[in-house]
Amino acid sequence: MNTKTPTIVIDKRENNFWRFIFNELKPKGKIFSPFNIISFPIILVGLVIIFLRFKNGIGSVTNLTQDVPWGLWIGFDVVTGVAFAGGAYVLVFMVNILNLKKYKPILRITVLNGFLAYLFYSAALLLDLGRPLNIINVIIGNDYGVSSVLFLVGWHFLLYMLALLLEFSPAIAEWLNAKKMHRILTGLSMGAVIFGITLSVLHQSGIGALFLMAKDKIHPLWYNSYMPLLFVVSSIFAGIAMVVLEGSISHKVFSDQLDKSSHHKHNDILIGLAKICATGMFAYLALTVLVFVHQKNWNYINSPYGLWYLFEIIGFVILPMFLFYYSYRHHRIGFIKVASVITLLGIMLNRMNISIICYRWDAAERYIPSWQEFVVTLTIIFIEIWVLRWIVRRMPVLRKSPDWANNDH
Amino acid sequence: MSINRRTFFKAMGATAVALSVGRTASAESLQNQETEFNGMLYDITKCKGCHGCEYDCAEAHGFPEPDIPKNPPFRRTDETRCTVVNIIETSKGKTPVKMQCMHCNQPACDAACLTQAMHKTEEGPVIWREDKCMGCRYCMISCPFDVPKFEYNSTNPRIIKCDMCYNLLLEGEIPACAYYCPNEALMYGKRSDLIREARKRIHDDPESYVDYIYGEHEAGGTSWLYLSPVPFEELGFNTKIQKTSYPGLTKGFISSIAPVDILLPAVLLGIYEATKSNKKSEEEEL
Repeated sequence: MNTKTPTIVIDKRENNFWRFIFNELKPKGKIFSPFNIISFPIILVGLVIIFLRFKNGIGSVTNLTQDVPWGLWIGFDVVTGVAFAGGAYVLVFMVNILNLKKYKPILRITVLNGFLAYLFYSAALLLDLGRPLNIINVIIGNDYGVSSVLFLVGWHFLLYMLALLLEFSPAIAEWLNAKKMHRILTGLSMGAVIFGITLSVLHQSGIGALFLMAKDKIHPLWYNSYMPLLFVVSSIFAGIAMVVLEGSISHKVFSDQLDKSSHHKHNDILIGLAKICATGMFAYLALTVLVFVHQKNWNYINSPYGLWYLFEIIGFVILPMFLFYYSYRHHRIGFIKVASVITLLGIMLNRMNISIICYRWDAAERYIPSWQEFVVTLTIIFIEIWVLRWIVRRMPVLRKSPDWANNDH
Repeated sequence: MSINRRTFFKAMGATAVALSVGRTASAESLQNQETEFNGMLYDITKCKGCHGCEYDCAEAHGFPEPDIPKNPPFRRTDETRCTVVNIIETSKGKTPVKMQCMHCNQPACDAACLTQAMHKTEEGPVIWREDKCMGCRYCMISCPFDVPKFEYNSTNPRIIKCDMCYNLLLEGEIPACAYYCPNEALMYGKRSDLIREARKRIHDDPESYVDYIYGEHEAGGTSWLYLSPVPFEELGFNTKIQKTSYPGLTKGFISSIAPVDILLPAVLLGIYEATKSNKKSEEEEL
């Protein structure tokens, strides 16, 4: 048995429960770790910038222009971040629908990552809204803009967050030793799984569909009517690449949470994931080539933007695709990690190209994010990691569930 | 984990909601096509480039008085002005061009808006409604004419764009720019009447006009129509703009949402059941 499992047994007296929560709120682990020393000051500065943003308006801390109304906070935090969080629905599909038990050890951490990512992207989104309080109009139904892609993306996004929370909730019940609650939540989670996947497919593609009306603004090499499809296909390998990266990091950082056999198993999982990435990237590449030929885009290739496009496709799709292929043929775990990093950079490049770099590429006044925008983005990521760490150290996310929980399945 | 009848019905309930939502959406856009909108006809040959409409517009909307330099560079609308007149050097000499919202028949901004803050009124103007907007700026992303502007330096920012003086229209007046124009370059009326009038002007004086009404078909037709003495390319207009409506670009995606919402859960459930029985038999063999 793991010694970190909460030893306090909750009985029916309330004050014990609160004492347990209070004890759990205290930090575990080193306070002056290198990560804390770097992230803490950045978070402080970020919070000050967020305060200034609400005091003086969005323009006081960002470089957004009338031509480019969506900057780093949307282009990176939301558009790229949602693709990065795609691993949750892919893994849930593999484990809970296809019954591939092999991947179960990394399921909970991936779902947790996905949930926290969505939670914090919503926060980033609220920062970017000019009149954030009016978001209530969308939720309570004071005029639904039902023909709006953003409306549909927003609702799918919101419901998916609930689905993710439900999928993760058995871990919370195990942490609280709430056996009855655990049984109820586990029963609900199959519904959450099926809807979660459906909602994911639709909002991942919906983010691509957001840009369909920006037909004259996005460079023709990046704009096409297949954007929704390309977004959903690329979210598969983007999400998996993120799972590989997060897995490698958390295996180092949270090694105390894992038993010895898990390391060997993890390599086996990584090779399986590399296969999925290689196949997904091949499908994506085929679609991209199809679109390229169909739109007769070769006129644009011999230009700076054409070279930039080739850079993206060759360097960040074809190269990692071959790396993934090579790594699973020859069992090179190191290569899988390198390929994942390249893939993530490529997705970042692709989403930023569509939403920022090649958006209004002809505008006289180019948008370059301000340092405040970068700091706030980092702040959001760091707070997310802090929360993630807090949960992983307390709940059975990486370590095994308590014995009583396994009987419920 | 188990799937029971309850979860299945929950699935069907959610998809039914999605379906009904999809239906109302298509009904709404149909209605828009049938309404007879009002609009404005702007005849560049009559415009003297006096910038008077800029002052009238600012006064009608409570904007700061325009500060127009002697030899103004190419100016654009922004968060302090919803119309500008530029003087452009063309093959027929200096030609003034007024720019403002085009008030599309099927506006991209209206389709984009998730709170219906951007709204195509039955009268014709596309207006912005303060109490609904959440400031997401998706209208700015979607507008093919780059019209909506945002008050970045305000804590309660507004979207600024021409509203064709909607409040004046409701009182039975006409838009301020048309009312005050000393040269009768601007004409307010029913869109179909304006198109007829524009054709007549081109027909009566083919020397002065190019044979084209900008706005008749652009982006599926706009309420603001332009007549010009020179080809519209020379005036810096986007003449390659598509002739069908911009919301049409997302129609395919939006109509595919309901089928996916229904079919995908069913497929997933099927796969789940199939692999589950597999697992059981495997366990039995072991």
